[in-house]
Amino acid sequence: MTDLAPEMNPERGTGLQVDEERGWRARLAYGRKLLQRDKSGVIGLTIFIVLVLTAVFAPQIAPHDPEQQNLRMAKTPPAWTAEGTWEFPLGTDNLGRDLLSRIIFGTRVSLAVGFLGVLIAGSLGMLVGAIAGFVGGRVDNIIMGGINLILALPYLLFVVVIASILGRSLINVILIFGFTDMPIFARVTRGEVLRIRESGYVESAISVGAGRWRILFDHILPNLIGPLITVATFEMSGMIFYEAGLGFLGLSVPPSVPSWGNMLSAGRKYLTTSPWIAAFPGFAIMITSLSMNLLGDWLRDVMDPRLRRTER
Amino acid sequence: MQKYLLSRLLQAVLILFGVLVLVFFMVRIAGDPVNLMVPREASEEYREEFRNMMGFNRPLLVQLADFMGGALVGDFGNSLHFKEPAMPMVVHRLPATLELAGAGMIMAIVVAIPLGLIGGFRPGTWIDSLGRFLGLLGQSTPSFWLALLMIFFFAVDLGWFPSFGRDSIKSIILPGFVMGFGGMGALVRLTRSATMEIRGEDYIRTARSKGLLPKTIYIKHVLRNVLIPLVSVIGVSFGYSLGGSIYIETIFAWPGMGQLVQQAIGWRDYPLIQAIAVFTSVVVVLMSLLTDVAYAFIDPRIRYND
Repeated sequence: MTDLAPEMNPERGTGLQVDEERGWRARLAYGRKLLQRDKSGVIGLTIFIVLVLTAVFAPQIAPHDPEQQNLRMAKTPPAWTAEGTWEFPLGTDNLGRDLLSRIIFGTRVSLAVGFLGVLIAGSLGMLVGAIAGFVGGRVDNIIMGGINLILALPYLLFVVVIASILGRSLINVILIFGFTDMPIFARVTRGEVLRIRESGYVESAISVGAGRWRILFDHILPNLIGPLITVATFEMSGMIFYEAGLGFLGLSVPPSVPSWGNMLSAGRKYLTTSPWIAAFPGFAIMITSLSMNLLGDWLRDVMDPRLRRTER
Repeated sequence: MQKYLLSRLLQAVLILFGVLVLVFFMVRIAGDPVNLMVPREASEEYREEFRNMMGFNRPLLVQLADFMGGALVGDFGNSLHFKEPAMPMVVHRLPATLELAGAGMIMAIVVAIPLGLIGGFRPGTWIDSLGRFLGLLGQSTPSFWLALLMIFFFAVDLGWFPSFGRDSIKSIILPGFVMGFGGMGALVRLTRSATMEIRGEDYIRTARSKGLLPKTIYIKHVLRNVLIPLVSVIGVSFGYSLGGSIYIETIFAWPGMGQLVQQAIGWRDYPLIQAIAVFTSVVVVLMSLLTDVAYAFIDPRIRYND
C-alpha cells in the first residue's frame, strides 16, 4: 500500500483522515452546514430538545396530576370532538385520568430508560470493546465470541423473558437494556479502535515519537466518540421502543406508573369504544423514535465523512 | 470455500451451545427457580415437593449436565401448564409463525426494494422522498401501536378484515402488514444506501465511460451488487422477526410461538419458555447460517477468497 501514490491509494485521500486530523472544530462547522441544508436534522434536534425539557419540567407543564382519578369524567374524548372539553385536551382514560398529563409524565420513564440504558451499555461496551481491540489475541477472541453469541440471539424474545423473570421495576428495565445492549457498543468500539490504530495519522504520530497515552487520548478517543454517539442515538431510540413494548406486555414499570407502554396496554382494552386512550401514547412513542432516528441520521452524516460523497 | 463453510458451521454449533448455557442460567438469575415457577401463595410443602420433582435440589452442575443432555435430544421436560412435553408444543406452533413472518417479509420486499432502488438512482426526486419518508416511518412506528390502529380502522370501523384469529386468507392481511411495516423501513433505507454506494464505484464509472447503455449498467452492474447485501439482511431480519412476532401474535390472537411466549409467561411455565427460547434461537442461527452460505455462493469475492 505504501508504494502507491496518495491519489491511487484507496486508504488515503478519501477525505476521512483529513477530516479526522482537522478535528472537532471542522466537524462542528460541517454539522452546522448540514443543519442549514438538511432540515430533517433540525426537526429531529428540536423535537428531542422539547422532549428533554418536557421530561425535566413535567410537573410544571402538566395541567393535571397524572394519578388524579375522576370517574365521572372517565373516557372523555379529545377536546376537538363534540363531547370533549378543553379541561382534558387529549381526553381521559378509563379512570378519568388526564391523558395529556400522563403522556407528559411518561416522557420521564422513556427518557430515563433511554439515557441510563445507553449510559450503562455505552460505558460497559466501550470498556469491553477497547480491551478487545487493544489487547487482541486470545482475549479478543473470547470477548468477540461472547458478543457474537449475544448478537446472534432473538433479542426481543430474550429481553421479554428476562423482564418477566426479574419483575416489574424501572431499575430492572434499565439494567436489562444496559447489559443486553452492551455488545453493540463493544463491537463498534473494537472495530473503530482497530481501524484508527492502523490509520495513517496514528502511524505518523508514532513516527514523530508520540507515546502510547498521547496516541490514546489525542487520536483514538476523540475519533471513537463520533461513531459511538451515533450508535447511542439509535440505540436510545431502540430502548425507548422496547421499553414501551415491555410495558405493553405488562413487563416494564409497575402499572401505577404513567408510562407510554402501560398506557397503551391499558388503552388496548377500550380500543373499540375509546380508541384515543391507546392512540395518543403510541403517537408519543412514534414521534420520539422519529426524532431520534432523524437526529441519528444527521449525526452519522456529520461524524462519518465517508458517506458525504454518496449523499450528495 | 469449504473451509469458510466449515468454520461457519462450527461457529453456529458453538453459538447453540452458548444458547443452551444461557437459557439454563436465565431462569436462575433471580435466585431460586422454584419461586419463579410456583404460584406466590404456594405452601412450603408444595415448594419442597416441586423442588424435588424438578430436580432443583441437585448440584447445579448435575442440573446443567442433565439440561444439556436432554436438550441434545430435544427434551426440555414437561410444560407445567399442559403437563406434556414442551418441545413438541413449540414445534407445533412454528408453521403459524413462519406464515406470519413470511407474509411480512414479502410485503416488505415488494414495497421496499423498488422504492430503495429508484431512490438510490434518482436521489432528490419525489419518489425518493416518498421512500425515505416510508423508511423513516417504518423504523419509528411501534408495531403494537400500528396493530391497534389497523384493528380500529380496518376491522372495527370498516369491518374489512377480521380483528383476530387465523381462519381465512383475510386473517393474515392485517398482522402480515404490521409485521412487514418495520422491516420495510429498514429495507428501503438499506437498498437506497447500497444503491448509492455502488453507483459511485469505479466499475460503474468504467462501465459508463465504455459507453454502455444506462439500462445495462443499472441491471447488470448495480442491481446485482445491491442484491448481495440485501440477501444477508433479509435472512437475518427474517430470523429476528420471530422475536417481534410476540406483540403481533398477542394482539391478533395468532396461534404462533410469539403468542405462546406471552401465554407461558402468564402461566409461569418456564420449562415451556426455555423450550421456546432454545427453539427460536436454533431457527435464527440456522437462518443466518443459511444466509451466509447463500451469500458465499452469490458473491464471488467470498467464494474465491480462501
